[in-house]
Amino acid sequence: MADLLRTEKLRKYFGVVSAADDIDLQIEEGVLTSIIGPNGAGKTTLINLLTGNILADSGKVFFCDENITYLPIHKRVKKGICRSFQIMNIFPKLTVLENLQIPILSFMNRSLRFIKPVYRHTDVNDRVEKLLKEVGLMDKRDLPAGTLSHGDQRLLEIGLAMAPDPRLLFLDEPTAGMNPVERVKILQNIRRLSRERQSTFVIVEHDMDIVFSLSDRIIVLHRGQILADGKPEEIQQNEDVRRVYLGEELFWDKL
Amino acid sequence: MKNFKNLLLIALILFLLLLPTFAGKYLLYMTINILILSVFALGFNLLLGYTGLLSFGQAGFFAMGAYASGKILLVIPSLLLGAIAGMAAGGVSALILGYLCVRHTRIYFSMLTLSFGMMIYSLAWKWRDVTGGDDGLVGIPRAPFEIPGILTINMNPMENYYYFVLVISLIAIFILYRIVNSPFGLTLKGIRDSENRVAFAGISIRNYRLLSFTFAGLYAGLAGSLLPPLENTVTPPLAHWTHSAEPVMVTLLGGIHTFSGPIVGSILFYLIKDIIVRYTQYWLIWFGSIVVFLVLIFRGGVVIFFTERVWPLLKRT
Repeated sequence: MADLLRTEKLRKYFGVVSAADDIDLQIEEGVLTSIIGPNGAGKTTLINLLTGNILADSGKVFFCDENITYLPIHKRVKKGICRSFQIMNIFPKLTVLENLQIPILSFMNRSLRFIKPVYRHTDVNDRVEKLLKEVGLMDKRDLPAGTLSHGDQRLLEIGLAMAPDPRLLFLDEPTAGMNPVERVKILQNIRRLSRERQSTFVIVEHDMDIVFSLSDRIIVLHRGQILADGKPEEIQQNEDVRRVYLGEELFWDKL
Repeated sequence: MKNFKNLLLIALILFLLLLPTFAGKYLLYMTINILILSVFALGFNLLLGYTGLLSFGQAGFFAMGAYASGKILLVIPSLLLGAIAGMAAGGVSALILGYLCVRHTRIYFSMLTLSFGMMIYSLAWKWRDVTGGDDGLVGIPRAPFEIPGILTINMNPMENYYYFVLVISLIAIFILYRIVNSPFGLTLKGIRDSENRVAFAGISIRNYRLLSFTFAGLYAGLAGSLLPPLENTVTPPLAHWTHSAEPVMVTLLGGIHTFSGPIVGSILFYLIKDIIVRYTQYWLIWFGSIVVFLVLIFRGGVVIFFTERVWPLLKRT
């Protein structure tokens, strides 16, 4: 299958610390990929590089065979790359409805309308409603987003990331700080959405249960380099990976 | 609530329309000043309350509007042309200076706007050939309102000029109300809350900030253009940063997260000032204390206080 996204010798140093050290990576369309690694392995940096939050020192990023290494964030989004954040990033003072209206208006090229009120853009609101149903926040649409529970805020965050209908969607620790019930809810949603949507999901996760139950493919990062790359079963057997996760052996034996 | 709001609005507009029938010249003069400050502060609040940018240089654009309008009126006596020229001057200068300012946010943005505002101030002082230096522009006529071949209205009576300012202000306020409720307005609120998330909605934050800044400049310029026909002069202090503080103060007083906040703040501003000035010439000290006091009591502004505290209480009883 064709590569949706490809990097060539992607490199980013913070001082002398290598956060991304000549990473060559391909992400295939329709394969739910997970990126794991110990703390400080460079997972979030990698996502930041691919989505445009930070720019690479050297190397290239291709999306659908087009060089996007130095494209600003908003142009990458228009090409079909979007993400959610590890640290909550929603519009806390706006209602859930308004939260989702912002990206959908942009997606439908309405953001530069100055006179007609938002509620009269009916085709936009139809889409917003559909998205509200998809993430299961229909009954909370009129609440200020900042007052939602943590789990619902994470759902909203995923909704915001999905709104521009991206071909490639990065979720940075979608279940961070959630209780087990919320976690299951999010997982079911991600699984369902990845099936229903035309989007390819790439997930950064700490929780191994999630990673192994959800992914088609796992990439293990360590000190800015790709340590292992393969199907979940292959990763489980990989000796290098086990060594990196030394101290978590008990956990690995459990699997 | 909604019906009550509409009723209040209609009553207010009726009151403003009928004001000249019973009010003296001084009250009309005051009301014109309140309207001008309202338009000025509303434009400013598009930046502060909606986009999350605190500008300390809005007086610069106000003065650009005032000088442009004064210059035009000295050559071509047409009120409408003066207003258009003032608005254009405010908007264009905001577009140019904004291009440099919106690259930064928070305190850096505020400091940049402050220094650019003061640059305009020095320009007004030093460029004597154009601005008249410390004398300012004098003898600006209150030109008639003219649409060539259709109608001419003499603006010399205060009532007539009052109506002119009232109509222009109401149109400007109405347009701004539509803007803040439009997709563009919602996107600005998003930028205020989380710029990164808006960037990931596929929006160029910088361009939207610049647009917002330009709108604020247009409104400052329009407000400025209404002043010379009233005072017949334009002087450099209009561009001084203390004048930039006026919209900041009235917006904080009225509330930054409500549309009507700056208007209510402007009314309070002139009311308080008018009362204090009668007793002491050191009115600024007293005025400052009162504003601090009010801002501390009415958290989030006077308007929020009434809509979220007083109104629910009234409703319950």
